Amino acid sequence: MDITELTVHELQEKIRNKELTVTEITKAYVDRIKEKENDVKAFVTTLEKEALEKAKEVEENADFEKETLAGIPIGIKDNICTKGVKTTCSSKMLENFVSPYDATVMDKINEEKMINLGKLNMDEFAMGGSTEYSYFHKTMNPWNLNKVPGGSSGGSAAAVAANMVPWALGSDTGGSIRQPASFCGVVGLKPTYGLVSRYGLVAFASSLDQIGPITKDVTDCAMLLNVIAGHDEKDSTSVKKDKIDYTKNLKDGVKGLKIAVPKEFFGEGINEEVKEIINKAIEKYRELGATVEEVSLDIAKYALATYYIIACAEASSNLGRFDGVRYTYRTGEFKNLKELYKKSRSEGFGTEVKRRIILGTYVLSSGYYDAYYKKAQQVRTLVMKDFEEVFSKYDVILTPTSPTTAFNIGEKSNNPMEMYLADICTVSVNIAGLPAMSIPCGVDSEGMPVGMQLIGNKFDEETILKTAYAYEQSENFREKYKPQFTK
Amino acid sequence: MEDYEVVIGLEVHAELSTKTKIFCSCPTTFGAEPNTQVCPICMGMPGTLPVLNEKVVEYAVKAGLATNCEITRNSKNDRKNYFYPDLPKAYQISQFDKPLCEHGYVEIETDDGKKKIGLTRIHIEEDAGKLNHDEFGGGSLVDLNRAGVPLIEIVSEPDLRSVEEVDLYLKKLKSILEYIEVSDCKMQEGSFRADVNVSVRKKGDTKFGTRTEMKNMNSFRSITRAIEYEASRQIDVLEDGGEVEQESLRWDEVSGKTFSMRNKEDAEDYRYFPDPDLVGIHLSDEYIQNIKDNLPELPESRKERYLNEYNLSQKDARIITSSKYLSDLFEQAIKICNNPKAVSNWIISDISRILNEKEMEPNEIPFTSKELAELVSLIDKGTISSSIGKKVLEELFENPRNPEEIIKEKGWIQISDEGAIKEVVIKVLEANPQSVADYKAGKDKALGFLVGQAMKETKGKANPKMLNEMFLKEING
Repeated sequence: MDITELTVHELQEKIRNKELTVTEITKAYVDRIKEKENDVKAFVTTLEKEALEKAKEVEENADFEKETLAGIPIGIKDNICTKGVKTTCSSKMLENFVSPYDATVMDKINEEKMINLGKLNMDEFAMGGSTEYSYFHKTMNPWNLNKVPGGSSGGSAAAVAANMVPWALGSDTGGSIRQPASFCGVVGLKPTYGLVSRYGLVAFASSLDQIGPITKDVTDCAMLLNVIAGHDEKDSTSVKKDKIDYTKNLKDGVKGLKIAVPKEFFGEGINEEVKEIINKAIEKYRELGATVEEVSLDIAKYALATYYIIACAEASSNLGRFDGVRYTYRTGEFKNLKELYKKSRSEGFGTEVKRRIILGTYVLSSGYYDAYYKKAQQVRTLVMKDFEEVFSKYDVILTPTSPTTAFNIGEKSNNPMEMYLADICTVSVNIAGLPAMSIPCGVDSEGMPVGMQLIGNKFDEETILKTAYAYEQSENFREKYKPQFTK
Repeated sequence: MEDYEVVIGLEVHAELSTKTKIFCSCPTTFGAEPNTQVCPICMGMPGTLPVLNEKVVEYAVKAGLATNCEITRNSKNDRKNYFYPDLPKAYQISQFDKPLCEHGYVEIETDDGKKKIGLTRIHIEEDAGKLNHDEFGGGSLVDLNRAGVPLIEIVSEPDLRSVEEVDLYLKKLKSILEYIEVSDCKMQEGSFRADVNVSVRKKGDTKFGTRTEMKNMNSFRSITRAIEYEASRQIDVLEDGGEVEQESLRWDEVSGKTFSMRNKEDAEDYRYFPDPDLVGIHLSDEYIQNIKDNLPELPESRKERYLNEYNLSQKDARIITSSKYLSDLFEQAIKICNNPKAVSNWIISDISRILNEKEMEPNEIPFTSKELAELVSLIDKGTISSSIGKKVLEELFENPRNPEEIIKEKGWIQISDEGAIKEVVIKVLEANPQSVADYKAGKDKALGFLVGQAMKETKGKANPKMLNEMFLKEING
């Protein structure tokens, strides 16, 4: 039995039946990281030693009947603050930053006695769609090591796909969980804005960011969402709602479910093979008893521009604190305060981050605010309304997650516009604050996974989860296709 | 100079006296060791988020209601972006286009009568930290204890026309904030400071002149001096045919001059936008009404009461009510000694004089209302004279304790024994036959001299009324 092949719910069962110990599981993952990390480079920081120590401690102290996730390993995207362990955001700016506190999601993970295997690579400050913009190193796609894993949570998705972690946390501002999940053939969910506390997530765009799970299958996804969801007094934008068990209705099926397919997400720029595979999935849903209808979501074409204005505006302010004064990178020599700022920020940030800070600073400047930021907020309201209208008639919206499958390393890294277009299917969901997930639904002629995006109504994660589960059970992607680590 | 009119507007920053900071639960106490009242949130660590302290909103609404403002039902917080080492997030959370309170006024009493000074707005914001010059290492050290301490910024209309009006306005504002107990207004601790906008124009002009701004002034004296200097500087510029430049100035206390802070191309663009980490502030009518119903008595109404109930003069009532501390001292003392006129006199004259001499704020008075009341009672009972009373008051400032103890200890008890008084009087009469003759010849002043001599003899302890009577009795036979 290859332990690292197992899903978390399978691991749980084996711990309960005493077929496996927590130490055996952790050991298997530590070995797997040793074996594959050189090829994939998913981590910024690995915690092999600490993980094994923690496993031992958990094994001795946990009550596995009650503490059902005790001893389950996990990987954490490197923009989620972990006390005592570096949180770099894959940036030179925070190369040596150790957070003095744990993010709220980390508190929850630690309460469950889960074991942190390490901090996962990402595009610098979560800005990018390929993980090529990490200051430290690029991460490779386990399905084909010449291709990108997507981004910005590329390290998280690649680590799950390569079985180096059983599951991971990512963050999603414009598609940063769903797109890498799609590129790496795994499951990724961006929760409704406000469902998961952002406290301790290093902010990129505060009104769009959400932390979410990246997992091997839909059941694990629901289980990890159970852990991290819930109101947090430390986050004013987190919503007070009763706790839901997201695994409860997974098996309800899709009979009678109404699925909308917006035609705007199947137009120009969407790869033909991707369309074909998504269309097959649509047929599958019809077979399973759902109604699928084409709809129009016209406003979506403005979502990308709106997204880049809002996200960059917020980022330009959020990243101001990285100024060379305290915990960040500081330039070697400076004549005065202004030069300290200028040189530290010029040297500490990568090109893409600087590009977005400059763009964001521009759109917030007096004289331009109304034309850009204010207008973007108005369009945002319209995007929300259009989605609301669709959800007044349908339960789920189905689209491709990404217009293409994973592209080659280096193919787009010097063309920001093309890189931005890769977000076209995902950004409108963040603009509207809706929950959405990506699940694998086939591979293209190169053997690269294709992801299908299921978008739900606000706080209706349950419906997209059961929709995803129904498909997953009938198609069994994980049994048919496996990453080959081809070079 | 007489052809010109000076136009002044003030932006007052008052620190709110909430127990905890505006966006985290760190304490706000003044004077702690650097960086001991901080947490990841007020230090602006990556990933942290602000949560608005509801008390701050309540205090600001109180201030708004006490200054006749309209309260904004749907308000919000905005980010003001700029770089400075004392600003850990590189933005200050403030309010931009939807302040909590708007369109209020404060009434002042000038020599020409009452005048309303308009308030444009009151908004809430967080304070920044403090830079301390490092005497050993060169360079500067950042202390973030003050970062995140709640402030209200009270912006006046350009309604003030003289330094006297500015002084009255600031004192009034300070006393209102003290009365409603939302701020300590301790200027020396920086919890009450002002940005001063000054312009001048020819009398009769309807358009305002170009204004300059002097930031962070924290004493009445420097505000007055700075306005006087700046107004005359601007007049000089205009008289010489020049134009006043709109700019931020720094007031230098030592030279008594203003200096340019930055030139035009450095003009800041704060890139205000709504803080996405916070939700809107929505206030219900009930919430506002409830605060209104529970507002404490304001200085204006106390003053009226003092006029009617205690027959104090306009001036005395105004001076006492200008400070909540003095006013409370007055009310508590008269409850014990039941002599409003005497207590008022002590506060207006001797206590105020000593405060002035010692450069103390009323809230720094070391003795209690009970001790003041006892002092008044001792005089009323004739145990001590009022001149001894003054010495007791000095003693109360130096080493506050029960006045009765003081006079016993110092041997200041008044001589009211008839035999003892008579003894002194006869002694003085025998030693001063010329004065007795002068008095008998019609020189009334001579009696005063004799009483004075008797006082000297008794070291001020003789009952002056009895002395007077005894002299008349002995001289007239």
